[in-house]
Amino acid sequence: MSDMLNHNQLRQGVRVEIDDLPWIIVDAQFIKPGKGQAFTKIKIKNLVDGRVIERTFKSSESVIKADVVDKDMQFLYNDGEFMHFMDPENYEQSVLDAKQVGETRFWLKEQDTYMVTLWNNRAIAVAAPPFVNLLITKCDPGIKGDTVSGASKPATLETGAEVKVPLFINEGERIRVDTRTGQYVERAKD
Amino acid sequence: MDSWRPVATLQGLSVRAKTLRQIREFFTERDVLEVETPLLSRTAVPDETIQPMACGGGYLSTSPETAMKRLLAAGYGSIYQIARAFRHEESGPLHNPEFTMLEWYRPGWSWRELMDETILLVKSILGPKPVYEYTFQQAFLKYAGVDPFTAKDETLIQALPSPPPPDLDRFGLLDLLLSQRVEPAFKATGALVLLTHFPVERAAMARIDPGPPATALRFELYADGVELVNGYQELTVAQEQEDRFNRVNQKFLQEGKAMIPIDRHFLAALQAGLPPCAGAALGVDRLAMLAMNGKDLSAVLAFPAEIA
Repeated sequence: MSDMLNHNQLRQGVRVEIDDLPWIIVDAQFIKPGKGQAFTKIKIKNLVDGRVIERTFKSSESVIKADVVDKDMQFLYNDGEFMHFMDPENYEQSVLDAKQVGETRFWLKEQDTYMVTLWNNRAIAVAAPPFVNLLITKCDPGIKGDTVSGASKPATLETGAEVKVPLFINEGERIRVDTRTGQYVERAKD
Repeated sequence: MDSWRPVATLQGLSVRAKTLRQIREFFTERDVLEVETPLLSRTAVPDETIQPMACGGGYLSTSPETAMKRLLAAGYGSIYQIARAFRHEESGPLHNPEFTMLEWYRPGWSWRELMDETILLVKSILGPKPVYEYTFQQAFLKYAGVDPFTAKDETLIQALPSPPPPDLDRFGLLDLLLSQRVEPAFKATGALVLLTHFPVERAAMARIDPGPPATALRFELYADGVELVNGYQELTVAQEQEDRFNRVNQKFLQEGKAMIPIDRHFLAALQAGLPPCAGAALGVDRLAMLAMNGKDLSAVLAFPAEIA
């Protein structure tokens, strides 16, 4: 038996199951014209494909609370079709396909830990931490004496991602990257 | 945890206090008597759209309307009240389950005269603004592209920006269109907008104009797209009022909900004779919010329901 949410519980950040799919509420609005009926209109983002839609509910309606949990899981390997993750607490494995992993694939490094979203115990999405430290595997050497501020060059990271780095950064160094923007932050301190 | 702290700023509460003072000055200048009536009553008004809160063997007031009409029937003349009202489950940017309502009555006045006074009052607090007026039908035709009295339900559904809940009745569809299409258009005008002649199903305690189409002699005033005032040419016929109460209770019975005990004192007052009159209710929290250009009621509420 799923938990049900009444209209007062439809708030931003709550995860709901609608049309047999999991969503997160990004905006909730209470609507009640004078002498009229009460409604709650929610804007929801699909937790699988990210699309955003709107739905309106009568105050008497209830909505299924999505059984969604976020778990820290270790990325094991990519078999070409699926990415495999493991829950370090119980060694249970989950898989995600390339579409579910989306842009996060650029930051996935074997053995590192990522937040996997499980819906009804099935993995549906993975998120990288806001910042990751990664090794530069390919990068042209910088030209000595070139100190033009803001000048940059492309670098390929161990995960296959390509980022722009300042000219003084070299192949074999580790750098800190902001995964939300895909931008170089600084030379890694670890 | 900082949740003990008030939500409204000191400036917000100052604007609120000034708004209350301005309202009292406005009515004092016009010889309207300030009254107070019970917050706790044995009865409530059966209303499909307002849920009273049970308390102490009775109900907390959802509006001082019936008690004030008993004063009118007793011949006490023009009266106003600034009262707390309580409505279960109404919570949002423009709703708090406990709120402050200004309600006033003008015996012998037409609803037209009351509309003029309403605009004077609101302008005295919000400053000069243009005033537009539409009937319910005109506003829907202009801003939602549908005739609220004749359009098919499917047409109403198509005019909505997003799909309505399934099995929503016609008046629910009109409620959604009003809030999703018409009110945002009112907001865009930046004016005060009077909306008049509501469908009879949304008459509440207003008199009916037989038409055609039959409409309720009810008006709403919007400021910045926010519904601020609701006024009526008051229904004075006891039997019709009792029939309306009974119809709602009959519906509650069919839906398995608790019926609301009818206020016999109120009906007796109507039988004794309510003078022809016009009356209106204004949301004081909303008015104060608009006076300080606030986005939601927390601008002027010290402690909204979540932290009350």
